[in-house]
Amino acid sequence: MKIILNEEALKWAKEVSEMIEQNIAGCYQCGKCTAGCPLAFAMEIPPHEIIRLVQLGRREEALNSHTIWLCASCQTCTSRCPKNIDIAGVMDALRVLAYRQGQTRTEKEIALFHKLFLKTVERYGRINDLQLMGRYNLQTGRPFRDFWLGQKLFRKGKLRLTTPPIKSLPEFQELMKNYREGEEEG
Amino acid sequence: MKFAYYPGCSLHSTASDYAQSITAVFNCLHIELEEIKDWTCCGASSAHVLNPFLSTLMPAKDIWQAQRMGLDILAPCAACYNRLRLAAYKLKEKEKLRRRVAQILKVDGLIKVKVRHISDVVINEYGLERISRHLVKDLKGLPVVCYYGCLSARPQKIVAFDDPVDPQYLDRLVNTLGGKSLAWPLKTECCGGSFSISKKEMVLKLTYELLSWAKDQGAEAVVVDCPLCQFNLDSRQGEIERIYGRTFSLPIFYFTQLLGLGLGLGNKELGLEKMNVSPFPLLEERNILKR
Repeated sequence: MKIILNEEALKWAKEVSEMIEQNIAGCYQCGKCTAGCPLAFAMEIPPHEIIRLVQLGRREEALNSHTIWLCASCQTCTSRCPKNIDIAGVMDALRVLAYRQGQTRTEKEIALFHKLFLKTVERYGRINDLQLMGRYNLQTGRPFRDFWLGQKLFRKGKLRLTTPPIKSLPEFQELMKNYREGEEEG
Repeated sequence: MKFAYYPGCSLHSTASDYAQSITAVFNCLHIELEEIKDWTCCGASSAHVLNPFLSTLMPAKDIWQAQRMGLDILAPCAACYNRLRLAAYKLKEKEKLRRRVAQILKVDGLIKVKVRHISDVVINEYGLERISRHLVKDLKGLPVVCYYGCLSARPQKIVAFDDPVDPQYLDRLVNTLGGKSLAWPLKTECCGGSFSISKKEMVLKLTYELLSWAKDQGAEAVVVDCPLCQFNLDSRQGEIERIYGRTFSLPIFYFTQLLGLGLGLGNKELGLEKMNVSPFPLLEERNILKR
């Protein structure tokens, strides 16, 4: 089958390539990334096909996939790619693009978790697991999720109600506030 | 030996037993730790997912703080190690990014400090030979598998300090302690990390496979050096057993807890009672420690 690429499609493929500072045109679809991916079993589009979607500029399919959110960033794919393509980096880039455009509905709970994580950090300077889990449970409508486990961890002193105060917290909060929109590349 | 200590958020909560055992073991070995003043979260598994700039900016703040102390950073959490190390790498490689971050943080100069993983410092630098001089107790052939996880192995050219596919450092430590480390193929497979909260079923499947293989291999315990791995394998073990219908009863030790046993430390110093799967039946049966 002959695939005709239009300007716009190629432009998007280039945009993603620039985000990861690599040309992903080199991927020849060997599937090694998918073979080693520990989470491929849960993905509807395997990692190598995501790379193909980017090459073809099929933006919406890539950004609306479950796959980009189910990637655990374990980097097995990146470390094994015979073309040295940073596949985990592509997943990061696609998630960031999807998040910036508010396209998180395919895996909204995963996106919510990450968002609450950063919110909790902004508030305390560090993560408070109890607060994070509590907020996540409330906002996903399952307030008693992991209740018994939480109670057990609490009794063992492995969860705390409060986070020790940090002196420079106001400056840290200012920093987070200024850059939480995340328009810059890192 | 002295390091700028970056405990990370987990060591103040779900990995407080790891923190306890580190303090006790480092006291015995006379490795000095000075906690980085007012350290803040590295962004862990979330910043890089939503906000690449923050994923460099957050660790950069702590890295420069350590630089002011004039000490290399020691990170016991594999996730912190990974994020700090990646940020330090980027700040070295990308001049434009470094200048931008330095301007925001109102700091000058290049990154000179190194980010070190606790295992690399204890096992490779302090060294097994020196450790063996302090040992007073033997693990009596306790068969274990060492589980290294992803974050101190990959991306290999930036974070790995051993073979990224078949690392040996924890195995060497276990054997020095008189335990028996077993070969197995899942050393650097993923446990699902922070999906433990947002995608639990997936984590339960991955950890079931890890525990099954460990058990089939004949392991009586698992040794780790990452709080996320420890949490997923230990705190979720009961759920895994219920869902998959197989009993494991495998205690998941931090390497510092086993090392502490070898150094003659007890339950109190090593936080053993905080483990979800109690290690006491095993330690008593093998005559290693009485509760």
